[in-house]
Amino acid sequence: MLSAEAAGWFLEHAWLIPLIPGVAFAVIILFGHYEVNGKRVLPWSGAEVGIASMTAALVLAVGTTYQWIHHVRGVAEAEPVTKSWTWWQSGGLRFGLGEHIDGLAVMLLLLVTFISTLVQIYSLEYVRGDRRYTHFFASLTLFSAGMLTMVLAENMVQLILGWEIMGLCSFLLIGHWWEEEANSRAALKAFLTVRVGDVGLMVGTAIMFGASGTFTISGLQAWANNPSTGHTVLLWAAIALFVGAIGKSGQFPLHTWLPDAMAGPTPVSSLLHSSTMVVAGVFLVARLYPVFHAGLLINVAGQHFNLIAVIGGITVLIAAGLAFVQNDIKKVLAYSTVSQLGYMMMGLGVGAWVPAVFHIFTHAFFKCCLFLCAGSVAHTGSHHSFDMKKDMGGLAKKMPVTFITWILASAALCGVPLFSGFFSKDEIIDSAGHLHYPVFMIVGLIGAFMTTAYMTRATYLTFFGEPRGAAAHFVHGDHAHDDQHADAHDTHDAHAVEPVHGRPLGFAKTDSAALLTVPLLILGFLAVVAGYINAAPFKIHLFESWIHSSIGVDIPEGPTFEWVKALPSIALVVAGFLVSLALCKQVFGTAASRLKGLTQRNPVLGAGHRFLVNKYYLDDLYEKVIVHGIAHPIAAAAYWTNQHVLDGIVNAVGIGGRKTSNWIYKNVDQRLVDGAVNGSGSVARGTGHALQPVQSGKVSLYGALLFASAAVGALVLVLVNS
Amino acid sequence: MLINEFLLLGAVLFCIGVYGVIARKNAVMVLMSIELILNSVNINLLAFSQLHHNLDGNVFALYIIAVAAAEVGVGLAMVLLIYRNRKSISLDELSEMKG
Amino acid sequence: MLAAAASTDINVAENIGFGIIAALMIVAAINVVRSSNVVHAALSLVAVMAGAAAQYLLLAAEFVAVTQVLVYIGAVMILFLFGVMLTRARVGRETDLNNKSWALGIPVALLMLGSMVYVLLKAFGTDHLDPVAQVSTAELSDSIFKPFLLPFWALSFVLLAAVIGAIVLARKD
Repeated sequence: MLSAEAAGWFLEHAWLIPLIPGVAFAVIILFGHYEVNGKRVLPWSGAEVGIASMTAALVLAVGTTYQWIHHVRGVAEAEPVTKSWTWWQSGGLRFGLGEHIDGLAVMLLLLVTFISTLVQIYSLEYVRGDRRYTHFFASLTLFSAGMLTMVLAENMVQLILGWEIMGLCSFLLIGHWWEEEANSRAALKAFLTVRVGDVGLMVGTAIMFGASGTFTISGLQAWANNPSTGHTVLLWAAIALFVGAIGKSGQFPLHTWLPDAMAGPTPVSSLLHSSTMVVAGVFLVARLYPVFHAGLLINVAGQHFNLIAVIGGITVLIAAGLAFVQNDIKKVLAYSTVSQLGYMMMGLGVGAWVPAVFHIFTHAFFKCCLFLCAGSVAHTGSHHSFDMKKDMGGLAKKMPVTFITWILASAALCGVPLFSGFFSKDEIIDSAGHLHYPVFMIVGLIGAFMTTAYMTRATYLTFFGEPRGAAAHFVHGDHAHDDQHADAHDTHDAHAVEPVHGRPLGFAKTDSAALLTVPLLILGFLAVVAGYINAAPFKIHLFESWIHSSIGVDIPEGPTFEWVKALPSIALVVAGFLVSLALCKQVFGTAASRLKGLTQRNPVLGAGHRFLVNKYYLDDLYEKVIVHGIAHPIAAAAYWTNQHVLDGIVNAVGIGGRKTSNWIYKNVDQRLVDGAVNGSGSVARGTGHALQPVQSGKVSLYGALLFASAAVGALVLVLVNS
Repeated sequence: MLINEFLLLGAVLFCIGVYGVIARKNAVMVLMSIELILNSVNINLLAFSQLHHNLDGNVFALYIIAVAAAEVGVGLAMVLLIYRNRKSISLDELSEMKG
Repeated sequence: MLAAAASTDINVAENIGFGIIAALMIVAAINVVRSSNVVHAALSLVAVMAGAAAQYLLLAAEFVAVTQVLVYIGAVMILFLFGVMLTRARVGRETDLNNKSWALGIPVALLMLGSMVYVLLKAFGTDHLDPVAQVSTAELSDSIFKPFLLPFWALSFVLLAAVIGAIVLARKD
């Protein structure tokens, strides 16, 4: 542990970061609607408290980051800054609350506070006029507080505390519009599915405590690194903990809750899917990496598979496949998140700790941006519908800011070179090959191909082609008004029932309000540049030097970057883009004139188009053979498996339980017990109602019987024993 | 002093309380009898605490006092509720459990 | 007080004190369960409680005795009297305080008493209480807040639940 002077004020006081939103939550809940003389104490019903607290936390987090970078400069293995206070004590057991600040914690502190601040600002506009506006901001703030508590947890108990606060808040937020039954069911499903995983976390913590006698993170890391610790106990602890991570991070087979969680408001989905909640599982694995590393024999020679990598790899492919058949734009993004979390898990599973954690970092920006773009589209362009096929299309011109940020974030997600996703995802794929996990390198490459393909499809459906449904209304309606009024936005009939909108940015008058687009621009910018703090092609390893000491275990050196090795993934990204574009045009495009217009606007699309025109028989192949013959059934089968088999298993457990209890009710209860009761009843009747007066319903009589029989019983015991 | 003096006193109080629970019809009176029983238990606990030179009995006696206070609060609230609904707190009229 | 007398012999003063208080307590307790006047019964219960507090002092448990006086005589009895008033029990004699089958209580109580007396005499025969050491309140609080902290928390939840439950049950709406 370091003394206060050496580490710096912000590092020593990082525990304030979760405390501020925690207190803000209480203030919002208590005073959100509080009125003095008919005037609100908080004019924005608590939203300003939430934003102010997140901003304060962000400032502290920036300070912490700055001091941490200063702290690790020139130090090979920087010690974490730890602090601990006794929370409570029972039977000689001490439970602490405190902070364990190292590179990993600092990164997530910064990430969570930053994303939360932006999401809250975005929500100002997005949920304006909502009937539970105050509660929304209260839950959002508590949610961030829970994540921050978990991130700087000094011990497992505190980690579980933050973990469960998040679980509770995700339930509240997903079920925010609980009046619709589907929403409250989704909230329940999310809560209960994650609870299944939580059992694993509890068991894992108990195993580790039983074996090591400590709850502290540093203690557990030392315990796992100790060669005398038995492998079996590490193995079971790792498996149990990983079950918890699977539940929280939506890994196969517990991923079914994530897409349903889209029932919540879009800012919630965005926060949930970028930096909080789902990242918690990955964080757990990264945090206790020595346990997993030793327990699952990661990087041991000749070991080409391990649990984490296998689950991660399966998740990458399954979720990417499912993303193809979704019509709901948010569900595409949800499956995409699942798939990207699979990458992170896979990275951790093959021993590529730094790229995996770096992927958390970059993923947070572009995925948050994508969700907020989807929200912006739905809020302004498609009249609160998320159905890409029914209510979107052709929005690129009308919503330029949303469109451009979406494209930037998509490029980052797909791993287009020089965008942030490339630097993290490609590192994971490269490391998998380098560290002798060839299977997972191939999985990663296929995943990259699929990612590009489904994002192209989503982009095409949302922003190109003929506007449909509500989007057509928006696009054409605005045209009609534009002839008469310079700024017809507010009178647009799709918004006639809406509350007053904020003003859009000056250069994009038909786009969403500035409160929506400014966060988009910030995130879009970061989606491009965030990768450059650890850009292997340019020999930049800042991120790695800042965070390396938190791994807690020696892992093999990562690969050195060569453009040649990156070629397959770049080629696959391009291929995925072209293939998907071709399919989209065949399947969704209608008028030839629109296609021509598109190809003239965009040379890359044009090249793809010419490619398709020249090789028309391939289109037939794609359309008839691949789409209908292979891809469609596979995707459909994957979806079917998801809906029927996995849900079926869940349902079957329920049905099985019900059947069993029915059987017990029929046979044991009705026949045996009732039979016995009825039998005794008839015996009683038969013997002249001898026992009937006992069932008098009189409490005093029951009391007399109770005490008398107790006395007799005691006497018998005494006499027998003496 | 003999420990039995205290224990026998506790036993006598306990049995008087038991008699009260059985014999009384008025719900408030039944609650009072229960208080008698709890007090006799407390005497026992303290006597044993003294016998074994162990503070645990004292602690438990305190906890019992607290629980008894809670029990009286809820019990009397229930009695009031019953009285409001039936205009009577006679326990032998409450015979819904009759078999 | 009496407990401070250091002697291995049977302390006469203590025994006489104990006997008088115990006799008073038993008489009062019988009055609680036999009285046909609710208010009298409640007042008798006060006497039993006070006697019990005195016995606690004999057992050197000062803190418990003080708590007994504060909580039982101070608070619980007031609750009882309110309960008696709010349920409109007549202050005078009441004829239907007892069950029809009240006599059933006598054999049951005697049976229990008999078994308990038998067991106690058999088990503790003539065991002496050592000259008692005062229980210091500091030690007691150490004991509550260290090894018994968890039950203490549980208890506070019970109290909270009781408060809420009592309000929910008794309020008119």
